[in-house]
Amino acid sequence: MLIYALVAGVLFGLYFSLVGIGLNLVFGVMRIVNLAHGDFLMLGAFVAFGIVTLAGIDPLFAVPLAFVVFLLVGVLLYWVLVPRLQGSVNPEMLSIILFFGLSQVIEAITTIFSGTSERSIQSRLLGTVFSTIKVKLFGGKPGPAGPVHIFGQGFPAPWVIAAGTSLLAIALVYVYLYRTRMGTLTRAVMSRRDEALATGIDVDRISAAAFGIGLGLAAVAGVFAPFMFGSVTPAFGADATVTSFAIVVLGSLGNPLGTALGGVVYGVCYMMVQTYLSSWADLLPYVLLIFILLLRPSGLLGRRVRVA
Amino acid sequence: MPSSLKHLLFMVVPLVVIFAVLPGVYQNHLLLFNFVIFLILAQGVNIIYGFTGYLPFGYVGFFGAGAYGFAIMVMQYQTPAVLAVIVAGLVGVALGLLLTPLLRLSGAYFAIANLAASLAVLHFVANPALESVTRGPYGVALSGTFDPNMAYAAAVVVMALTLVFVVFLKNSRFGLALQAVREDSVSASMAGVDVVRMRVIAWLASALVAGLAGGVYAWYVSVFYPDNVFSGDFSIFAIVFALFGGVATITGPIIGVIMLYGIYNLIGFTAPQYFQLIYGLLIMGLVLFLPAGLVSLATRRGWHVP
Repeated sequence: MLIYALVAGVLFGLYFSLVGIGLNLVFGVMRIVNLAHGDFLMLGAFVAFGIVTLAGIDPLFAVPLAFVVFLLVGVLLYWVLVPRLQGSVNPEMLSIILFFGLSQVIEAITTIFSGTSERSIQSRLLGTVFSTIKVKLFGGKPGPAGPVHIFGQGFPAPWVIAAGTSLLAIALVYVYLYRTRMGTLTRAVMSRRDEALATGIDVDRISAAAFGIGLGLAAVAGVFAPFMFGSVTPAFGADATVTSFAIVVLGSLGNPLGTALGGVVYGVCYMMVQTYLSSWADLLPYVLLIFILLLRPSGLLGRRVRVA
Repeated sequence: MPSSLKHLLFMVVPLVVIFAVLPGVYQNHLLLFNFVIFLILAQGVNIIYGFTGYLPFGYVGFFGAGAYGFAIMVMQYQTPAVLAVIVAGLVGVALGLLLTPLLRLSGAYFAIANLAASLAVLHFVANPALESVTRGPYGVALSGTFDPNMAYAAAVVVMALTLVFVVFLKNSRFGLALQAVREDSVSASMAGVDVVRMRVIAWLASALVAGLAGGVYAWYVSVFYPDNVFSGDFSIFAIVFALFGGVATITGPIIGVIMLYGIYNLIGFTAPQYFQLIYGLLIMGLVLFLPAGLVSLATRRGWHVP
């Protein structure tokens, strides 16, 4: 029971890190709060529905598609919204309201086109590409992938696949930030926006890229949402946003490794409460968020302190 | 004539009289009541956001706590409704006191923490484990105190008190000190302003207003579920109404409520998703093109707007 909760917590936690990492990037670079983050997650889930119903192939193929589509959407949205916002008196506050408006628009449009019903994907569809490759290479019979065994306990295969993809995505974000020129510039903008501007860095281009990547990562996380949460509705976005905030603040801002740690801590806490005190599990993200904000506003790995 | 008296005579008194008389002329009682509630909440947001710069994204937490304060007083102790409304206000203040540590956070951190706090209160109240106290997710029914006319009158009284407080803020040294803290807290504290005390008083005043509004609302509707009275729409509507008119003024939030909530009711509820779409676009346009609200159209030309 305890081992099951711990391992499930780590698997969910890795996935939660992927959920939060895009938000972290956007806030870290632009100092704006993307309150529509959860809605991009929801749209990512709809890309997966589209792939499954239209093409009938493994929803894993939705991962690159969702990333590229929402990378472009993000760059476009950046140029429409953000420069004008940054020119106002208090961009950080107004961004909350602006992106709340955006989340309403996204939710409304999705509802108009698809209705409010809950949607889910059969979990055995995820990862069929692996079993097909296995059959092609080694022979044997194609069949539904069974649960994956870790420490003698069985876990649904989609959990393990989602956790693996999340690990890969976090590693790629790390490589982008610390091993590429764009990443170095991005970190410069994160630490001091005005000084970066004074050194001649094209802050708008860097921010647009970060915004696009942030939305792309949210959409990738969304592809797995139907498997991790059971089903998805257009109204799913708002809860996902608050959860993402809890994870990002739990880790620390502008540090992808911090978000990975925050996600795992969150996931393990979530599974523990779910197992032992299930009726109070809904309270956890909110209470955890408030306590972390009050005790360590800079997060577990952070150094920067932000108090009034 | 001092300007505070002018504001009271020419803005607060007419508004209160209009809303006191309207039920005799206009049939849709519930609509008028909702107007009064949103006038109260928009001014409550004005007190905390307009004068101190803290964006209360979970403002509905106080409102819902007030509604449940009212319900518990009536259900468990059979108190008269007026007393229960006062207790509702005190519940709002108590929650505000509990959340004062949040004022240490700045900017977006405060807004998000406040949102999380309101959701935490919602999940606490709606928890099936507390069914004997709050009736959990099953909602409350208060048939004993049902009296829409008295509840409406109480709402108008709360609105009048709120407006008087905003007039006081607009015309007093206290309000001026608050705005100084909002602009630059370090300079303000060097000029001798007690920053922490000022903020806490404004915060508790705004919590009291929302708690009273919640109590009156519970009295009026008498049957509700946790999701009704903790609906995020209350926070969002109040913030958007206040912003649309223009915060840190007396008139701004009033104009915002009357125009936007009027439009809301004209569009109607037949197709909520189309309404949501229009509303979202309106919010985005507001932030991008008119971030200081409608009154900024006048102040830009150099006209003074109270």
